[in-house]
Amino acid sequence: MSWQFNAENENKFQDLLKRYPKKNSLALPALWMIQYQDGWICEDAMKFLAKKLDTSPMDIYSVASFYTMFHLQPIGKYNIQVCKTLSCKLRGSEDIKKHIENRLGIKAGESTKDMKFTITEVECLGSCGTAPCVCINEDYIQNTTPQMIDEILDGLK
Amino acid sequence: MIKKIESRNFNIKDSHVLQVARQNGRYSSLEKLFSMSCEDVLNEVDKSGLRGKGGGGAATGGKWKLVPNPSKKPTYLIVNADESEPGTFKDRQILEYDPHLLLEGIICSSYALHAHHAYIYIRGEYVFWAKRLQIAIDEAYKAGIIGESVLGYDYKLDITLHRGAGAYICGEKSALVESLEGKRGHPRLKPQQKEPEWFFGCPAVVNNVETIASVPYIVENGFKAYREFGTEKSPGTMLFGMSGHVEKPGIYEIQFGESMSEFIERIGRGIKNGKKLKAIIPGGSSVPVLRADEIEGITLDYESLKAHGSSLGTGGMILMDESVFMPDVVKNLFEFYHHESCGQCTPCREGVGWSDKLMGKILDGHGTKKDLDTLLSLSFILNGKTICVFAPSVAYIIDSYIGKFKDEFYSLVK
Repeated sequence: MSWQFNAENENKFQDLLKRYPKKNSLALPALWMIQYQDGWICEDAMKFLAKKLDTSPMDIYSVASFYTMFHLQPIGKYNIQVCKTLSCKLRGSEDIKKHIENRLGIKAGESTKDMKFTITEVECLGSCGTAPCVCINEDYIQNTTPQMIDEILDGLK
Repeated sequence: MIKKIESRNFNIKDSHVLQVARQNGRYSSLEKLFSMSCEDVLNEVDKSGLRGKGGGGAATGGKWKLVPNPSKKPTYLIVNADESEPGTFKDRQILEYDPHLLLEGIICSSYALHAHHAYIYIRGEYVFWAKRLQIAIDEAYKAGIIGESVLGYDYKLDITLHRGAGAYICGEKSALVESLEGKRGHPRLKPQQKEPEWFFGCPAVVNNVETIASVPYIVENGFKAYREFGTEKSPGTMLFGMSGHVEKPGIYEIQFGESMSEFIERIGRGIKNGKKLKAIIPGGSSVPVLRADEIEGITLDYESLKAHGSSLGTGGMILMDESVFMPDVVKNLFEFYHHESCGQCTPCREGVGWSDKLMGKILDGHGTKKDLDTLLSLSFILNGKTICVFAPSVAYIIDSYIGKFKDEFYSLVK
């Protein structure tokens, strides 16, 4: 098996082991580490984790596939997540989505050919008071306007 | 109208930094805490009438008393920061502006429960807030506030932050524990009699962030001081939120029992662009909707909203003005619930998706009256036949929206 944690993640994993009554709890934290290391979660990494947690690869796959934030396929460098739930919709999230789609020439759910951008429609980001909200990778953009989107996308290399 | 207990430090610059937090009274309840016995703290919280602020409104003291005492196995406190109910964005204010209030609350609550390890389960999307909270936890460890000995007292407490990964259902307490055990977030069957949650077979209490953040005030000032706010059955204050078509959306702390219309007018400054209010969802998308003409006389507490056929829920209100077409709203909510159903129970997995499809068909202009009948009969299938309250919420949506805005739905079908 070729996949391995890098040294930093291995240390983190060992530290976390001490903080839970059973190591099963480490499934989510470890899947996060894998995703941060590779950008997505490949089959080899899941097999690696299964060994570490004394469980079957199928169990790990079943967990990883349940949570929407785990990417089981590679995605664009910048994942543009547009909140589409009610509070954002009432304050214009659809216009924001269309603006991003037009600008990048792809639809929500697709990635640009150079794998730089992916547009995802997501459910409530918990930013209803500062709607509409867009989250690029891990950063929230709140009270979003098309101008803000343009400025930010211009700045992304 | 505004009463600041939990939000007292929100406007102070750098209030999330330990030094500033301490200058502004954080961790000041601990001296009194450790002069009391664990049982006294539990009784104090019980007598305060503090109710869970994550949506259910269950008595906190009652929940805590379910933990066996003494317990042969270790007890755990699990803090639910998996805030993802549409319209709700209150816990993140605590995490952003006063994370040390939460940690102080965790210390008080863990002490009362004889727990020596607390987990905070935060939703995966809240990366900024998870980082901020982790910094606060690290600061607290370094300053000896948590760890081997809490501020030199004979009490050990560890706090671990655990990130979710984007599943709404993990906000349900038993699904949250499943997820914390490293599994899919499937809610557990509820026992016939009330029990604590079980984390790897050990007793655990799951409480919302805001509930835990209310505890230090009660410990420091006593249950009577807390009961001075709010009503007899809904004591204290809560962080109420407004979003949607309101002039000043945001989170505001007020005591229970204030008038809903006054709250919207005075604090939210009314409906955006001077339009008229059409409908309001009082406490997160899972509660029945109210028409504008129904809110007269409603006060913001559990009892009043229940009496008016809805629920206080998380206190996150979504306001909609006259331009909103209700079938669009229902479609939007169905999409949310369709996406978030955990898929464990058949009525929910199939029923919510079916509702979503039917609503799409109706909005496309291909619907018939029979489709609306089917939708209404789905509400019966969804309500009370599943493990958790996810599917019943969808049933409330079907019943309340179609019941209250009949004309709009029937105008779409042949």
